[in-house]
Amino acid sequence: MSNENQSLLKLIVNNHPGVLSHICGLFARRSYNLEGVMIRPIAGSSSHKSCVWLLVNEVEKLPQLIRQTEKLIDVITVEQHDIKESIFEKTEQFFI
Amino acid sequence: MNDSAIDQKPQTDSIMSGAQLLIHLLEEQGVTHVAGIPGGANLPMYDALTSSSIKHVLARHEQGAGFIAQGMARVSGEAHVCFASSGPGATNLVTAVADAKMDSIPLIAITGQVSQAMIGTDAFQEIDTFGLMLPITKHNWLVRSAEELLEVIPHAFEVALSGRPGPVSIDIPKDVQNELINFMPKSIDSTDVKAPCSALDENDIREMLAIIKNAHKPILMIGGGIIYSDACDDLKVFAETLDIPAVQTFMGLGVLSNEHPLSLGMLGMHGAPFTNLVLEECDLVVGLGVRFDDRATGKVSDFCPRAKFVHVDIDRSEIDKVISSMYSIHADVGDVLRAANNSLQHATRPLWRQRIEQLKESHPLRLDGDDDLFRPYGAIKTIASMVDDSANITTDVGQHQMWVAQAYPFTRPRQWISSGGLGTMGFGLPTAIGMALAQPDITTLCFSGDGSFMMNIQELATLAEENLNVKVIILNNNHLGLVRQQQTLFYKKNLSAVKFQQGVDFAMAAKSMGVNGMNLGQVDNPHEQLTKALREPGPWVIDIPISETEMVFPMVAPGGSNRDMIHGEEQ
Repeated sequence: MSNENQSLLKLIVNNHPGVLSHICGLFARRSYNLEGVMIRPIAGSSSHKSCVWLLVNEVEKLPQLIRQTEKLIDVITVEQHDIKESIFEKTEQFFI
Repeated sequence: MNDSAIDQKPQTDSIMSGAQLLIHLLEEQGVTHVAGIPGGANLPMYDALTSSSIKHVLARHEQGAGFIAQGMARVSGEAHVCFASSGPGATNLVTAVADAKMDSIPLIAITGQVSQAMIGTDAFQEIDTFGLMLPITKHNWLVRSAEELLEVIPHAFEVALSGRPGPVSIDIPKDVQNELINFMPKSIDSTDVKAPCSALDENDIREMLAIIKNAHKPILMIGGGIIYSDACDDLKVFAETLDIPAVQTFMGLGVLSNEHPLSLGMLGMHGAPFTNLVLEECDLVVGLGVRFDDRATGKVSDFCPRAKFVHVDIDRSEIDKVISSMYSIHADVGDVLRAANNSLQHATRPLWRQRIEQLKESHPLRLDGDDDLFRPYGAIKTIASMVDDSANITTDVGQHQMWVAQAYPFTRPRQWISSGGLGTMGFGLPTAIGMALAQPDITTLCFSGDGSFMMNIQELATLAEENLNVKVIILNNNHLGLVRQQQTLFYKKNLSAVKFQQGVDFAMAAKSMGVNGMNLGQVDNPHEQLTKALREPGPWVIDIPISETEMVFPMVAPGGSNRDMIHGEEQ
């Protein structure tokens, strides 16, 4: 499924209502292409954090996209990961 | 809980409502004024406000309240607060909040919301305020319990003021305002606001200075970030020691006094011809607290064609957003300038300065009619000569705004306050009220146009009520002048919907709301009357008729290159 224009980002965010709106709202208003979202609370986390995996389809805008995402108050960290073996590859069968 | 306020200040611990807690937390933040309008969903806040020392300014429209708070924030650099109720109260605030976002203003918008049990039912005056404010704030909250206020309120002020400032909004359902809470003062851990940038690296400063040293024709591009960082004196030392001329962005007007020999005035769409031409020749642009807005750069690919860029900004996402820099420092521009100033070596650039003087002489900023009170530059220059340097200036949006930006002799930071990024018509009057509330001893001039002024004219009543030293000057051409100008220049004079068939007697409108007013075209001694109005305390509306054929020159066509300036014919 992976194509070379896609990147995978892992976000650690504060787990409270509205956080996903802040992320998706940013992507919508800056017209960044978002191909997939996975979000779950971090297991056993007592500090109310969630992990968000984002599959994005941007090459040129990727550094801008990361910097804008890092600015969101509820986003704690942003990391780039390899798409191979990622959650999106493993769950492909559910999206047919 | 019933609606009556518990008329007590919290001591060590006490039972109080969410609304009382909110007011208490605002007092703790040092809030002295709140501009707003009460309504169904924020009744408890207003109930609690009466037992507070906070002064409430009753606006006549929530957008006015938003801009009054903005005026206080812009002139002082502090965070300021506005209140609105749910539904239309919140939607009316939206423009003022969006305006604050574009110009990085620490505005705190607090709205009432229907009770949580009613959220999602299309209740009376229910609107998704969280959703509306989300894309136009630095951060926003929907508060779900009174206890949350203890964290959200101090956090909101920190977010609004830290790093690159910006607006925040806090939506508080009515049941949260009424919820009783056993309040115990506690210190809030302030570490959860992200540091805007990492510590300054001395190597970055050395590298930047080395790049500047190697340049032959450097230019500083100085912007609002320097004002927000309180670093105008540091910038002056930096520019003078290295002998580098500076162009100012619209938001950066006042960073250097316009009299300063290194000041090249404003660049861009309505910049001085020589300013834009200097940028054609320079080989290095050092952008300090700027975001390379399209009104400043013109067509980006043609901007400073011979130059490399160094960019210093506190917002990392601004670096390389518009212009790819050869070197950048992600830091507070004030910290960078102060660190650099410790290790500067004096430089002189006689050839470059001489070339700039040549361009200044051959391509000056022409201020046609600056000796005629009934022409735009003449009105602005005359009024500037009648007040002293202490006057604060704001504008609405349109031709008059650009004429003032070009012609007013700004001498200091925060003297010039205008809607830059969003370009909001209706900005001027309520913002002037806020500026005068924050600095009541200083005369506030609000230059406006007849189009803009109608967009928040209701705040004249607020102005009369507060009896502030605000002088509104309307350059009245009975048209939407800047639109008319663009239709004239770019749409073959096909004038469409720009003339007001029904004019307004602004002097009479002012009087009807308790403000002095006169039409300068109808008085016997206009100079004398104008001087008197500007110098006596209290508010005035001064309507100055001008011709609708007046234009702002030079002008770069939107999307065009800054070198392709349209110049008017001499009149």
